[in-house]
Amino acid sequence: MDYGEFEGVIGLEVHAQLLTESKLFCGCSTKFGAEPNAHTCPVCMGLPGALPVLNKKAVNYAIKLGLALNCTVNRKSIFARKNYYYPDLPKGYQISQYEEPICVNGHIYITTGNGKKKIRIRRIHLEEDAGKLIHEGTIETSSYTLVDFNRASIPLLEIVSEPDISTPREAVEYLKLLRSTLVYLEICDGNMEEGSLRCDANISVRKKGDTKFGTRTELKNLNSFRYIEKALDYEIRRQIETIKKGQQIIQETRLFNPDQGITYSMRGKEEAHDYRYFPDPDLLPLIVDEEWIETIKVTLPELPSEKMERFVQQYNLPQYDVEILCSEKELANYFEETVKLYPEPKAVSNWIMTEFLRELKETDVPIEKVKFRPQHLAELLYLIKDGKISIKIAKDMFPELFRKGISPKKYVEEKNILQISDESLIKQAVEKVILGHPKEVEEYKKGKEKLFGFFVGQVMKETKGRANPKLVNDILREKLKKQSE
Amino acid sequence: MREVLTMNIREIGTALKKGEFSALELTEFFLNRIEKYDGEIKSYLLVTRDLAKEMAKEADRRIRSGESGELLGIPIAVKDIICTKGIETTCASKILKGFIPPYDATVIKRLKREGYVLLGKVNMDEFAMGSSTENSAFQVTRNPWDKDRAPGGSSGGSAASVATGLCVASLGTDTGGSIRQPASFCGVFGLKPTYGAVSRFGLIAFASSLDQIGPLARCVTDLAILLKIIGGYDPSDSTSLPFSASDYTTFLGQDIKGLRIGIPKEYFTEGIDHEVKHGVEKVIGTLMKCGAEPVEISLPHTKYALATYYIICTAEASSNLARYDGVKYGLRMGGKDILDMYKKTRVNGFGKEVKRRILLGTYVLSSGYYEAYYRKASQVRTLIRRDFEEAFKLCEVIVTPTSPTTAFKLGEKIDDPLKMYLSDIFTIPANLAGLPAMSVPCGFDSQNLPIGIQLIGRPLDEGTIFKVAYVLEKETDLKKIPDEFSV
Repeated sequence: MDYGEFEGVIGLEVHAQLLTESKLFCGCSTKFGAEPNAHTCPVCMGLPGALPVLNKKAVNYAIKLGLALNCTVNRKSIFARKNYYYPDLPKGYQISQYEEPICVNGHIYITTGNGKKKIRIRRIHLEEDAGKLIHEGTIETSSYTLVDFNRASIPLLEIVSEPDISTPREAVEYLKLLRSTLVYLEICDGNMEEGSLRCDANISVRKKGDTKFGTRTELKNLNSFRYIEKALDYEIRRQIETIKKGQQIIQETRLFNPDQGITYSMRGKEEAHDYRYFPDPDLLPLIVDEEWIETIKVTLPELPSEKMERFVQQYNLPQYDVEILCSEKELANYFEETVKLYPEPKAVSNWIMTEFLRELKETDVPIEKVKFRPQHLAELLYLIKDGKISIKIAKDMFPELFRKGISPKKYVEEKNILQISDESLIKQAVEKVILGHPKEVEEYKKGKEKLFGFFVGQVMKETKGRANPKLVNDILREKLKKQSE
Repeated sequence: MREVLTMNIREIGTALKKGEFSALELTEFFLNRIEKYDGEIKSYLLVTRDLAKEMAKEADRRIRSGESGELLGIPIAVKDIICTKGIETTCASKILKGFIPPYDATVIKRLKREGYVLLGKVNMDEFAMGSSTENSAFQVTRNPWDKDRAPGGSSGGSAASVATGLCVASLGTDTGGSIRQPASFCGVFGLKPTYGAVSRFGLIAFASSLDQIGPLARCVTDLAILLKIIGGYDPSDSTSLPFSASDYTTFLGQDIKGLRIGIPKEYFTEGIDHEVKHGVEKVIGTLMKCGAEPVEISLPHTKYALATYYIICTAEASSNLARYDGVKYGLRMGGKDILDMYKKTRVNGFGKEVKRRILLGTYVLSSGYYEAYYRKASQVRTLIRRDFEEAFKLCEVIVTPTSPTTAFKLGEKIDDPLKMYLSDIFTIPANLAGLPAMSVPCGFDSQNLPIGIQLIGRPLDEGTIFKVAYVLEKETDLKKIPDEFSV
């Protein structure tokens, strides 16, 4: 993605839904998929007289993320009301944080083509989610609309970056790292499709070397990594085109249409919003003392960035492997467990990144529930290493092993597919093939050496693929040589 | 039976226990009085006749089986801004007509636990916005001392029902004087507790940082008993203070020798009716006679209190009242789209004063005006709070008039909001500072209208207020119910 004399200036606003059991200001369950309005009470329905009480766990999670993203955790933060009317907003305002958020001034390092890049985090604040509107058909044609408040007041963290991101690729890298950090911390499931992680982007462009920002647009609801990259790329190009045509960029909110791959303007009315933020008088300032922060600090796990660094050092793996392996804590654990049993990191990594991840994707099972455990993978790798089975056979039987979680050793024994390394057996097969294909042998003798592969194939067929390929090669070469003499 | 009108809750409780009369008889006595007198006073929006009898019967059962409960069988009226489970709660607004809360306010839970009897829900200014109860969407309540006059507001229904003897006591709410000013106008006692002393859970919010629930009654003892019951920490209100309410009756009868009474010079200047001023001076004399020491104090930011109050309370109200959009409960007017529905519902559902305050509040929070209005007001509020902190270094309690005038005529100020707002000029500072304050009847003016004085105490020092109020109650020994309703 090269934009010539221009560069993109991107800041991301990410909403992460927190994995608390109850909502941000009441005791209602946050479980997904219940009957509409089953998880509601006077507080999250905004009934007259109901009052919010802050969920301390959500605060813990916010502090956790703040520490992981190298933020300052504010000793005092304020909940504010964001006032606007919408039927999914039961109180007519959203409780959020505005002037004094819980965390500020953080940063993370992403990996780019030119090495590490620092992306600063402006702020992280706690806020409540809105409910969900259900239209009959589409919003334009529906004769009525139903509201489900199950989601209303589920806790969210909004993570706002500084406009330090220059390319769509960097945006994706940032998001991936942010997502895996959230998942590592076990405070968000990171599921973009279900909306547990949502992203809005502020984008402008400027000539390389300029320090002044251009007029920005806001892109809303970018709900997959793929869309984000495409949408940002489109929007940057659109802005460059606009400027090149001598036109002005209009400050507006735009949406991405994934089918057409374009962004389009939302109605301009959005811009006229005045949210009239003010401190919520129903909630006292949130005071977080040193001791509280310390108790959270000790619970912090190894973070993705730390883990990746360690993997490079400890296992001597390429960056590419490390990023994939560390994208999920469970995957990294799986890798490390396997390496403990089979200490050849690169071989383990290769298997995980190819066969293992493919099966994982096809079966759609969470890693911790996969029946094929690290000891199975190690066993499989030993079978290959010891020449008991070929790589091809290992790959062939992998899907079944993966799905059933059977011991590879037992499997090959029971199915009688242990590799044939008995030279006399292979010799018999080779002789049979040579006798059976006099014409090809003649041609080979005349110098058509590429027929060698054909003979190998025939021998493998004869041994049902179980012959040790190295032995087949050696014996075949020797026998054919003898024929030629 | 008529003697119960001059008995306090404990005395009634003893009589009930002795079997002098039953809780059912007591409740019926009040229901009959409501039947007889409330047609002209119009203090009740809803009389929960059958429920009251049921609750009274249950109280009788509990009394017979020797169960304890400080309010067993005591009939109480509740301002219609406090949520009562299963019983319509309207805030005297068309927008909440028909709203039946699925839950009880914390104060109602606590009253229930002590065995109270709910007589009904009493009238108020719509959403507690007003000083005369004329802003009720449903009816105009009259002052029992002069039926052409306002009972004060917004807890006018509470004050009038107590002063007419249509209940033993009543719960009201006070955002800028809404308990004290009507208590003063109707010649009864009314306490606004320290902010955070009584849970606001289930109190329909007008201005959350100012609203407090408190009792109105014909004697100090009843206020003390009720505060102990409704006060104390409530985990469902984040602004609730972590303390447990003590037995305030222990303060009653304590002498006030050497107690320093602060008299703020800023409260005795222009706009104050000379009879009111005279009444307050008489009270100060009485207190001195009982050994208290008057101290002149200064609350220099008093002149900014009214403006500060009307910025903060309207700002909060504009947000608190946003939920009445026709989507979930209360009034819904059909519209061609959602915006149209919002507009029609709110245009038809809210009264004039409520709309005025929503507009004001929306304005002061708007981008470009926030700094000049809301933020500035919040800063001035801190200064007002500091004024009191300084003053309380010199005295234990502050005495002021409750309102600049006695009860004004119905219709007299309804078209002049500023005049109406001035009626709360002496009560507002205590709300801004979160301090406890009580209105105590201290006599009558030449038109036989009650005059009230205000006692303001230190945070959570309701005890000292009770002590002083009780001395005054005994010294003055005033009539609490007009003669025509005493028969």
